[in-house]
Amino acid sequence: MVALDETQLRDGVDRETVETVQSMAGTYKHGWETEIEMDFAPKGLNEDIVRLISKKNNEPEWLLEWRLDAYRRWLTMESPDWAMLNIPEIDYQEQYYYAKPKSMEEKPKSLDEVDPKLLETYAKLGIPLKEQMVLAGVEGADEPRKVAVDAVFDSVSLGTTFKKELAAAGVIFCSISEAVQDHPELVKKYLGSVVPQNDNYFAALNSAVFSDGSFVYIPAGVKCPMELSTYFRINAENTGQFERTLIVAEKGSHVSYLEGCTAPKRDTNQLHAAVVEIVVLEDAEVKYSTVQNWFPGDENGKGGIYNFVTKRADCREARAKVMWTQVETGSAITWKYPSCILRGDESQGEFYSIAIANNWQQADTGTKMVHLGKNTRSRIVSKGISAGHAQNTYRGLVSMHPKATSSRNYTQCDSLLIGDKCGAHTVPYIEVRNASSRVEHEATTSKVDDDQLFYCRQRGMDEEEAVALVVNGFCKEVLQELPMEFAMEAQALVAISLEGSVG
Amino acid sequence: MMPRAKLVQQKRDAAAAWLDAHALPEGGVWATKARKAAEARLREMGMPSKRDEYWRYSDPRRLTDAAAQSASVIDTGDAQPLFDQVDRVKLVFVDGAFDAAASDAPELAGVEICQLGDAARSDLHWAQDVYGVLEARGQTPVARPLASLNTAFATAGLLIRVTGQVQRPLALIYRRSSETADALMHHVIRLDAGAELTLLEDGPVAARYNQVTEIDLGDGARLHHIRAQGRDHERVGATHLFARLGAKAQLKSFTLSANGALTRNEAVIWLDGSEGTAHIAGACVGDGAFHHDDTVFVNHAAPRCESRQVYKKVLRHGAVGVFQGKILVDQIAQLTDGYQISQSLLLDEDAQFLAKPELEIYADDVKCSHGSTSGEIDANQFFYLRARGVPKAQARMLLVLAFLAEALDEIEDDTLAADLRDHLEAWLSRRA
Repeated sequence: MVALDETQLRDGVDRETVETVQSMAGTYKHGWETEIEMDFAPKGLNEDIVRLISKKNNEPEWLLEWRLDAYRRWLTMESPDWAMLNIPEIDYQEQYYYAKPKSMEEKPKSLDEVDPKLLETYAKLGIPLKEQMVLAGVEGADEPRKVAVDAVFDSVSLGTTFKKELAAAGVIFCSISEAVQDHPELVKKYLGSVVPQNDNYFAALNSAVFSDGSFVYIPAGVKCPMELSTYFRINAENTGQFERTLIVAEKGSHVSYLEGCTAPKRDTNQLHAAVVEIVVLEDAEVKYSTVQNWFPGDENGKGGIYNFVTKRADCREARAKVMWTQVETGSAITWKYPSCILRGDESQGEFYSIAIANNWQQADTGTKMVHLGKNTRSRIVSKGISAGHAQNTYRGLVSMHPKATSSRNYTQCDSLLIGDKCGAHTVPYIEVRNASSRVEHEATTSKVDDDQLFYCRQRGMDEEEAVALVVNGFCKEVLQELPMEFAMEAQALVAISLEGSVG
Repeated sequence: MMPRAKLVQQKRDAAAAWLDAHALPEGGVWATKARKAAEARLREMGMPSKRDEYWRYSDPRRLTDAAAQSASVIDTGDAQPLFDQVDRVKLVFVDGAFDAAASDAPELAGVEICQLGDAARSDLHWAQDVYGVLEARGQTPVARPLASLNTAFATAGLLIRVTGQVQRPLALIYRRSSETADALMHHVIRLDAGAELTLLEDGPVAARYNQVTEIDLGDGARLHHIRAQGRDHERVGATHLFARLGAKAQLKSFTLSANGALTRNEAVIWLDGSEGTAHIAGACVGDGAFHHDDTVFVNHAAPRCESRQVYKKVLRHGAVGVFQGKILVDQIAQLTDGYQISQSLLLDEDAQFLAKPELEIYADDVKCSHGSTSGEIDANQFFYLRARGVPKAQARMLLVLAFLAEALDEIEDDTLAADLRDHLEAWLSRRA
């Protein structure tokens, strides 16, 4: 990898760290392509394409109107320019907005009928689409852990596992196109209620052309019996993926949802503009975890996914709780701010993030915590790592509204630079509009907290040991927020020896 | 027209309207050149707008309206003016115009002082290397159109060149007499290599004012700058401080703001030479219809420099405090030590604190951190004092002063710091 070899190494960044970063960039494991016949909508974007997508999904009239409304609004909007991203001009007419494997023309009744080639694709990615137990890495647990998977391939969902077992518990987990058919009243009630069509440029684009994604509904009082997950795969060339995920957690319910994404290596950039909406009602709890590993482009910055994502959770009622955990390692460009609207009194939002940018990757990511209810709590822990020529920005908002009295926020952002050609930036917005709330923000590039070091040293550890312990502890603190299934993958991805970089 | 292009057009139209209504002051070659260039910058950038990201938390309208709103002149009620017991050379401005009769003779060993108005009539002047030059540089990465407006139209201000280590402080005293005066003030301060100066500023320049101070510090030069912006409630003001530091140069600047309907203090600092040091601090107390904005940009453009920003705000009765601070570390600026803290104490539920503390770092071997906190008086500390028999009001006062102390501690000179602390305490106790 040219970028890092040129880089002058400094004391304290050990060779192993750099090599691990290099190996991650050099060997994007999921860069292969599935050769399969695809059915494309014509290239370009216009009202007819929007109508076509709607028709392909056999949507009701209201949804078509909703899409068209979004499309018309999108036309009057401008691509955001405030992020610290250098985004080449995107020709929206040069993209395909709908791509579906030919074999999916007739919707398979169950996963058994799905084209084996497609199933192989997921098997190769380590995502078994059979109703079997465990994902790699968690064998040996006392009881096999079940994970229900919704597999989204380009513009369509291939199928969802464990549907029956989930249905027995009252949980609805299916693709959003199925939900439109089977549960239109729920979709109509909640779609766009957290992220409105005109929320931002990319959300408007998504609202107009979203093709598939997952729908989750957890009824009141139900603790979802297994982890739910969606695995997104972009395969076709010049095709954007615009998935839309909607999660509704009724009163007192509980769910943990995982999301993973990969794409083939290509020279051209591909567009991914997703929207995730989460509605959390009284006492409900949603945990949303992402391991984002879209193709990041090669070592010269060629190719890679442009990832423009709007994710927002609305804690509508008292004591609702949302936790976002993300490990962002892929994509040429990441523009993503999973947010929490803390509307209910005593509701709680958490955001744990590790963002790694290498080579020519650019990441501008963070969160928004909007405190509207009394006694609301939020916590942000962000760890950014830049290497090569990458630029990594944490951008966040903490807003305490006048009525959000006695609320609390704690934010910690740490950045680590490996090499002298990359950049690490922090852009927090802190808006406090009442006195009884407490907001604390800390950001640092000094690598280890002195107090913690002192504590360890005082107990007889040598300096290196102490640093290793503290850094390791911090990193684990974020990683351990991930469900076990993802923790394995994430740990492999973040296999950067942070200990060595601190010395 | 798409929204962004429309905004640019509106801002440019506003600037054009302003420029049409005002004629550039007459002057000699160097001043005319600098003013015309600034006018062109303003025309290009347009007037500031609330919709600019850079003005997200403060509305610039009261600074850009055609006429200044009237602001009553208040008597500070101080037994002794600020810095009165310090042996200093006083230069007095009334409503933004120099008052020779009230001033000391501008004679100070090692210092050359002249009026901008006089110097601008000559064709050549040393200030031409600084006047409008640092301001122009300060237009990236964000536009600061009010500063260009000032460069183009200011006729009042001082050009101060320091060649030696000056013992007595130079004090600029601003007094108000008119309720509607609208003043532009532009100072240039240049310290040659190894020179030293303590500069004091006291009082609000006018009912509405726009002040630019350009500071050029040669290698090893040291400037100690302490500013108090008066206690007037209704005045509005924007200040820009542009400072360039050579190798091993030192800038220490402290600002105390009490009240004022709108204050926007911008500081732009470039650490151009290695081992430079810039410490900027601010303490502000706001009560009622008060909006105070500190916007700071520190650029580490050379290795082994140190910068420190310490800002403390105490706010109540609807007062709004804003802090926008950015540390930019260039790739070359290895071994940078950058620190920034912004804290606010909100004394009641109406007060607001809005902050955007930024780091932009392109060098890997740096130590940079920022912190920002906001909250009310610590109940435990309050209880501790009450439990020891301290009356409520006094306990609050003690905690407020303790909170502000960290910013006041940034002042090196103990006498000046004590003087400021005493005045602050007197002001607070009168309003308690």
